[in-house]
Amino acid sequence: MVTITGVIPRPTTYTGLWSWLTTVDHKRIGALYGFTAFFFFVVGGIEAGIMRLQLATSDASLVSADWFNAMFTMHGTTMVFMVIMPFGATFFNFLIPLMIGARDVAFPRLNAFSYWTFLFGALLMHAGFLIGQVPDAGWFSYANLTAAPYSTGQGLDFWALSLQVLGVASLAAGFNFVVTIINMRAPGMSLMRMPVFVWMTLVTSILLVLAFPIITVALIELTADRQFGANFFNTSAGGDPILWQHLFWLFGHPEVYILILPAMGVVSEIIPTFSRKPLFGYPVVVFSGIVIAIMSWAVWSHHMFTVGLGPIANSVFTITTMLIAVPTGVKIFNWIGTMWKGSIDLRTPMLMAIGFVALFIVGGLSGVSHAVSPSDFQQQDTYYIVAHIHYVLFGGAIFGIFAGIYYWYPKITGKMYHEVLGKAHFWLMFIGMNLTFFPMHYAGLNGMPRRIYTYAEGFGWEGMNLLATIGYFVIVISLLIFIHNFFRSIKKGEPAGHDPWDAPTLEWSISSPPPAYNFAKVPVVKGQDAYWITKREAAARGETVQGEPHVDPSTIHMPSPSYWPLITSFGVAWLAGGLLIDVGWDYIRFPVSFVGGLITVIGVIGWSNEPATAEHVEAEGHH
Amino acid sequence: MAHVDTTHAPPEHEAAAHPPAHEEETTTGINHRKLLMWVFLGSDCLFFGSLIATYMVYRGQSIVGPYPADIIDVPITTVSTFVLLMSSFAMVMAVAAARNGNQKRLVQWLVFTIILGAGFIGFQVYEFNLFRVEGLRYETNLFSSTFFTLTGFHGAHVTLGLFWLVCLTIIAARNPAGRPSGLDVDIAGLYWHFVDIVWIVIFTLLYLIGGFDAGPDAGHAAMQGWQWITGIFT
Repeated sequence: MVTITGVIPRPTTYTGLWSWLTTVDHKRIGALYGFTAFFFFVVGGIEAGIMRLQLATSDASLVSADWFNAMFTMHGTTMVFMVIMPFGATFFNFLIPLMIGARDVAFPRLNAFSYWTFLFGALLMHAGFLIGQVPDAGWFSYANLTAAPYSTGQGLDFWALSLQVLGVASLAAGFNFVVTIINMRAPGMSLMRMPVFVWMTLVTSILLVLAFPIITVALIELTADRQFGANFFNTSAGGDPILWQHLFWLFGHPEVYILILPAMGVVSEIIPTFSRKPLFGYPVVVFSGIVIAIMSWAVWSHHMFTVGLGPIANSVFTITTMLIAVPTGVKIFNWIGTMWKGSIDLRTPMLMAIGFVALFIVGGLSGVSHAVSPSDFQQQDTYYIVAHIHYVLFGGAIFGIFAGIYYWYPKITGKMYHEVLGKAHFWLMFIGMNLTFFPMHYAGLNGMPRRIYTYAEGFGWEGMNLLATIGYFVIVISLLIFIHNFFRSIKKGEPAGHDPWDAPTLEWSISSPPPAYNFAKVPVVKGQDAYWITKREAAARGETVQGEPHVDPSTIHMPSPSYWPLITSFGVAWLAGGLLIDVGWDYIRFPVSFVGGLITVIGVIGWSNEPATAEHVEAEGHH
Repeated sequence: MAHVDTTHAPPEHEAAAHPPAHEEETTTGINHRKLLMWVFLGSDCLFFGSLIATYMVYRGQSIVGPYPADIIDVPITTVSTFVLLMSSFAMVMAVAAARNGNQKRLVQWLVFTIILGAGFIGFQVYEFNLFRVEGLRYETNLFSSTFFTLTGFHGAHVTLGLFWLVCLTIIAARNPAGRPSGLDVDIAGLYWHFVDIVWIVIFTLLYLIGGFDAGPDAGHAAMQGWQWITGIFT
């Protein structure tokens, strides 16, 4: 067994393609997550565009009803699992070790495994397009629409098995970040001195770890029903389709907070920096995040008010749902309180963060309006719900993500982005977003159901839909400006220096971009807003703080690159993909899938026999 | 660090080439890998919790037989449960041996744990096969789908644990000089005990309580109790 390590020589290169395939550096993995997430953001955006063009006028015939179903299913699935979650992972990866004063995450190879498994899962999901088997039962795929007799073809099998693979990736990342944050903080970094973003990452990771097993079980049951003839959601055998809804939303509501809490963390870093004030009520913001996470387990049935759970269940979930708005509202007041009498600098990250707060308030208010179950009976399955989810996920999560991208762009690339282009991006996206999604409130209250592929003339929906489609193109233009700004500034941007914003957190104390080892000397943390304290103390002595000087990297003990995460991820994806082989003869898929399992096992054995740091590196380090 | 000629490396040299990873300093003092295992077990609670919830929701809801009372054999599963619990005892002894650095004892207790664990899996294979012969297939009814899924995933967990223990045993047998470390065995032990505890819950709910359900209207006291409670309010 030990000899298996010798089969493949350890990768030694730190440049070129292979260095990216075998990297265990959290910053490089963060970059991989970011580019992949943006790629799928474009894919999901194109799907949205097809829907918006189809709905721009009444009785349009751009796509068939079947393709429209596939589009809204893949748009939702992509944006949730392949865009917002991995964008969260981008920030976790790049920032968490830097913010807590660590040299890497607790399990660098597990981190690489998370990324590759995510990538392969996403590719597997989209492989269905190549053979025309696209999931088409909505992003929450209600039973028993998903049962084999009603969803013929393999679309739902691609959906279920790819989501399992994506779940493995998310769980591995969740485990990694819980351990990293609990166990790898620099001396002095007590829990209540951690930046709010680190707190929100911890809370999000715990939610991930606890919520994903539930969707795993739900997907196992769905797959068992579809592929092995089980009866979980089979009504003719006594099965209850409502069980799927309970399992899905028991996962799905914590998932909503998995999507939004990282953005809240990002905003909680940006607003203090650009208001030149510490975050107002830091402990309250932290505990609000924790309370949101706990309460997110007690609100799932508000997605199911019209199912007929009865007046007691509906009343209970109405109350819990209204209660969860309280800690969210508290956070909003804290952000406003931070800006109050601050010396506000309206740079692009700050504009995006304020945009987040404003739009999230709108989404939160419409959310409270359908927390009231009698009112929700009017809104269920209308465009009002579509408007709500886009105010919290586009206005919320996506604005938070872009705020973070602009804020940390100088740190990640070492260059400044173009401020005017950044502001143009913000204003166009802000206007386009409201143009697209605000009219949907009216369309929904006027009775326009969601998920319809076209509508007849005369319902009065045409104007609202046309506005929404125009808004979509405004958003597209804003994103083109962003892409141009991003690549232009990497080449032509001004050097950013190590601390362009005079920011409070540790990542700004090291050079931009950070060296592979992050901190030459592990920092000692003396309080909240650690780097502000350092700079204030230096100023009192009449000094200015310089970025940390570079040291010879070979003197620092760092994890070495490895092939095994990539191989193991490949095995996991093959294991799932093998079950999707449909050549008419059923017994080919199990052996093929078994080979995937074998690759996974070999990967795990090779992995566990390989020391985290290769010997030659260690030997050099001791010279 | 000594350079080792890996082409002819006997086991002793390999132990030198891969020294037990020096314990990293951590904020909490708990080793990273051990903390990872605790977080994983927390996650796995929700996994089994969801499967058990599915079983309990569908308890007594099957339309066609065989029903649990027709087929569940509580005495024989009591024996296999005892075997699995004894394997946890053997695992405790293995962890103690590893902590004391007693390599010989470690191998002995690991082998004992593996035999007992494999015995449990043997019982399960026998049980599944018997059920199949008696007409309870995966697709037969709600009881069969929920039962086989829950106990099957538990069996898969035990099998994975066995694979892990076999790897540890091979390493321990080939390295008299102290691999695997006490921590390595400790972490495997956490997993093994967790899987045992899950079985205690499964045995109680599926065999001792649910094993006597006969027919669609039997049992479901929990649902009747719930209806009584909700009846007060409506």
